[in-house]
Amino acid sequence: MGPLSSLVYFPLIGMVIVMCLPKEAKVAIRWTSVGASIIPLVVSFALTIDYFFGHAATGLMAYVEGPYDWIPSLNVQYYLGADGISIPLLALTGLLSTLSLLASFNIENRVKEYFAFFLLLEAGMMGVFVALDFFLFYIFWEVMLVPMYFLIGVWGGPRKEYAAIKFFLYTLFGSIFMLVAILILYFTSTPHTLNMMTLIQSGSRLPYMLQMICFIFFFIAFAIKVPVWPFHTWLPDAHVEAPTAVSVILAGVLLKMGTYGMLRVSWPMFPAALKDMAFWIALLGAIGIIYGALVSMAQKDLKKLVAYSSVSHMGYCMLALGAFSSAQAITGCMFQMVSHGLITGALFLLVGVLYERAHTREIAAFGGLGSKLPVYSSIMFFFAMASLGLPGLSGFVSEVMIFLGSFGAVNQVLVGISVLGVVLGAAYILRMVQRVFLGDFDLAKWGKLTEINTLELVTVTPLMVLTLWIGVYPKPLVDLMSATLNKLITLMQR
Amino acid sequence: MTQTAWIIPFLPLLAFTMIVFFLRWKEKVASGFSIAMIVIDWVLSLIILAEALGRHGASYEAKILLTSFKTFNLELGILIDPLTAMMLVIVTTVGSCVQIYSLGYMKDDPRFSRFYAYLSLFLFSMLGLVLANNYFMIFIFWELVGLTSYLLISFWFEKKTAADAGKKAFITTRVGDLGFIVGLMLIAAYCGTFNYQGVFEKAASGTVPVGILTAAAIFIFCGAVGKSAQFPLHVWLPDAMEGPTPVSALIHAATMVAAGVYLVARSMPLFVTSADASMVVASIGLITAFIAASIGLVQNDIKRILAYSTVSQLGYMIMALGLYGYDTANGEHSAGYVAGTLHLMTHACFKGLLFLGAGSVIHAVHTNDIQEMGGLRAKQPRTAMTFMIASLAIAGIFPLSGFWSKDEIVASTAHHPLFFVLTLTIAFMTAFYMWRLCFLTFFGQPRNQHRYDHAHESPGTMTWPLVFLAALSVCAGWVALPWLEHGFSSFVYHGEPHHAEPEYLLMIVSTLVSLSGIGLAWLMYHRKAISADQVAAKFKPIYTLLYNKYYFDELYDLIIVRPIVNLGNKLWSFDANVVDGAVNGTAWLTVVWSDAKQWFDATIVDGAVNGAGWLVRQSAAGLRFLQSGTLQFYALFIAGLVAAIGLYRYFGISYTPTTTGLVTIFFLIGLIVLWYVSRSIWRRSTPAAAAEVEEHSVRVEDK
Repeated sequence: MGPLSSLVYFPLIGMVIVMCLPKEAKVAIRWTSVGASIIPLVVSFALTIDYFFGHAATGLMAYVEGPYDWIPSLNVQYYLGADGISIPLLALTGLLSTLSLLASFNIENRVKEYFAFFLLLEAGMMGVFVALDFFLFYIFWEVMLVPMYFLIGVWGGPRKEYAAIKFFLYTLFGSIFMLVAILILYFTSTPHTLNMMTLIQSGSRLPYMLQMICFIFFFIAFAIKVPVWPFHTWLPDAHVEAPTAVSVILAGVLLKMGTYGMLRVSWPMFPAALKDMAFWIALLGAIGIIYGALVSMAQKDLKKLVAYSSVSHMGYCMLALGAFSSAQAITGCMFQMVSHGLITGALFLLVGVLYERAHTREIAAFGGLGSKLPVYSSIMFFFAMASLGLPGLSGFVSEVMIFLGSFGAVNQVLVGISVLGVVLGAAYILRMVQRVFLGDFDLAKWGKLTEINTLELVTVTPLMVLTLWIGVYPKPLVDLMSATLNKLITLMQR
Repeated sequence: MTQTAWIIPFLPLLAFTMIVFFLRWKEKVASGFSIAMIVIDWVLSLIILAEALGRHGASYEAKILLTSFKTFNLELGILIDPLTAMMLVIVTTVGSCVQIYSLGYMKDDPRFSRFYAYLSLFLFSMLGLVLANNYFMIFIFWELVGLTSYLLISFWFEKKTAADAGKKAFITTRVGDLGFIVGLMLIAAYCGTFNYQGVFEKAASGTVPVGILTAAAIFIFCGAVGKSAQFPLHVWLPDAMEGPTPVSALIHAATMVAAGVYLVARSMPLFVTSADASMVVASIGLITAFIAASIGLVQNDIKRILAYSTVSQLGYMIMALGLYGYDTANGEHSAGYVAGTLHLMTHACFKGLLFLGAGSVIHAVHTNDIQEMGGLRAKQPRTAMTFMIASLAIAGIFPLSGFWSKDEIVASTAHHPLFFVLTLTIAFMTAFYMWRLCFLTFFGQPRNQHRYDHAHESPGTMTWPLVFLAALSVCAGWVALPWLEHGFSSFVYHGEPHHAEPEYLLMIVSTLVSLSGIGLAWLMYHRKAISADQVAAKFKPIYTLLYNKYYFDELYDLIIVRPIVNLGNKLWSFDANVVDGAVNGTAWLTVVWSDAKQWFDATIVDGAVNGAGWLVRQSAAGLRFLQSGTLQFYALFIAGLVAAIGLYRYFGISYTPTTTGLVTIFFLIGLIVLWYVSRSIWRRSTPAAAAEVEEHSVRVEDK
């Protein structure tokens, strides 16, 4: 079993073990799951380091497994590989999975099923980032839906069924388009193949209309996942209803699959269509940035605010993807994906910490927490600042790279308008900070609130360290990705 | 020392880290460590200044690569030239004074250590900003000083006004930064580098269109407008006075707000390429200086008067720099650059002093309202003395520091009559409002006996920094004595070294203007020869307008804040109703559609199937009576049939479709008649059997 397969199978093995454990053995179930996710965490970080020193200079596909024949009659292959755009996302997935599992220790209801589903989810996520065969890619893409559906639908909040079904059906709706596009690619290739690497070459030779259709179909599937405005409304519902750890995964990893899919599949595969659609994609990005920020400002629920801020932040990615000819913008997009995963993951963890104690997330219910919970407030403030793009933290690096890069590569007015997001971002974040952490503290109401505990600190500390590190010294992460991205940009500009 | 200057910002950063992680609970150690770091920085800065003086204007640059892209590199680096050296000394001097002063001022604050941590973080950012060698890096530190400013304004965050003020400061300056970012994008796109030297060379080379340079310069200036509280973004600075007074002195008077001026001075080679951009800068500076000075005339909050004074003086500096750029672009000599930078330095000394003095007063009387003070000279001799020295300096009285820098500013407006007149008007207003403040605070009778009785001179940690800064306020301008051969102007001068002849007439005029301002304040507030209330009543509309600060806050609230908040709310309901409505609507339509199909399926399709079965059953139930088993009936049936055929043959009807049809119909009618007859016969004959049949047919129907 190669390293990439191990990323997928260890969580699966963990799932099987968890299912064999008696359901009363909650402690054993929890630690088995954490153990099963620590292996991929270690492997993914080891791969990151190895790729950085061994392959980052060339940016080629590494750790390739296969292609082995799987269903020969259809020419379906088992084919895995990782390069500069999947490696950081694998590490992010590994990290966030382990942290979310740790943050799930407070789950008491149907513990066994919860952790089993979680591990299945992790396997699916890892699989999407390493699959190089469309059949495999599609399977992993769909496999994630099921555990996610149950995780929201069973362990969620008051409107969990609605949110879970909405998430499931909306994503499935997108997947259908993807399936059709994959079939078009399959039947137009000779010999018929589902190998992504081959199709990247042949896809660009499709007739223009067909390219456009495939591009749009893939775009719908990926855009729903990102989510791109106006496909975003499943996100706030899913986030608000999902348990904390699931929100972390949802924001930290699942959203990235959309942008990853664009970078991996539809952008390099259909350059002619991309060229004509670039403006509209950047436009959707710009709308997302401003719209998400404005709607965030109106939120009364802390979690919903963070959810809408994701719409705004993923808008930056879309703006950059519209400016695909700029290496800086695309690097900024990847950087934003990682950075948003860290920051928003942490914000959801922290909102969960507060919800756990206060049993409400209503912004207006709080006030003055800064004086009662100094440590918690400082950490929250740290990530709030990271979210509004304070220099020295990762969000700033990606925003600046995206702005500077896309300025020369798409409509400049569009970029100029998007910059407004910087002010609006500051506005909604600071309003939230003021209402929750500053002002008078209501001793009668919140006198019993306790500080963040050690386990919770352990879960957010790695995220703080990484946010600060790549914010202060972004070079390693940029170097890790840039060679691969330059190759992809060459493909996109054919 | 110059080569290791990068260490300067890291010392306060070290202090910040140490306090946050290790010294939080040891207040004395925390403050001591923080002060030690900044004092070391101060010494290092003086050495660097000395070395810069020794180099005669040559600059030193060192850089490391942060990350590189195809088109250009992002670097970290330091640039030390006379301007940097001067700024370093200003920041560390005021920084040291403020930190020592805070020992007394913040003594009993529950978050004492945190205060020092924030101050250290601020100094790290500010020193980094000053040392930066490129636009990208200055922007990073630019944002970081914004953060620390926010933290320190909202330091007493339990107070709603303080929390509001911090938020307002952050967001307002970010509006300016928006322009800064666009400026950065233009520079990146057209100059291909962020390095100051690289950008200026590119700008001077003439390869970049003038329109682009103008736009870039104006957009960068937007950043300065936000940070230096220039019109129309000046509204945050007076509110920022909610922060502790040492913070006001350090950040909102002497250093951070001067960063905008520094940025314009630093970017001067860019501005001299565009007369238009420079004129924008000069005009904004003038408008700001005038508006703020006029508001300062009528305010009663000691810190707010000083805040408006700061805004006004910053406007002065910006105006001088703008005029320099304009004149130079038109090929004329101008004193503006020297004036702006010199005033930046002298202003830091006397405005820092004024704020610390105000803090000392507030510490004693526990109010900011000057109408409740009066006669404090007797209670706080040292504070009063130093405060008055600073007031003389800012009014521009010979030979204090403000005199020399203001004189240069007035001289720089020489080619522009409108600027000249308004500059003198502002000088008059400045002298007036500062001395109004002095007379109301330190002279006359106490207007609130209770507060007066409890007033006392502040401890030594607070007054010694005052004395030190007072000495600087007196002397700092002497570096620019016009009789010096190698004075300030040849040190900091941008472009060709330039030595101006002293202009005695100008000096006399500006001194007279200042003296008349002080004189009027004396008449109104000390001699009471003119009643201030009567003047206010006479010019009621103007007074009201000034007292309400030209209604800027109300205006912005009405045309910006509310619309944006409303838009947010509207978009949210749009999101929930329209965007999500479309999603839910699609789902609803799908459900309705499947319901309709379900109904169609159950009623029509299944109905047809069931209907067919029903028809068969019904007809079977009827026809079965033909099979009655009654011999006579069969015989009758056969006889009838034979008769029919016989008739048919007999009349020789030919086989045509019509006849066949008719015959068939008759035959069927006959059959039905027969069936009916036989059924009634059969029923009458066997009633029991009939009942059984009825029951059977009901049972079939049930199924």
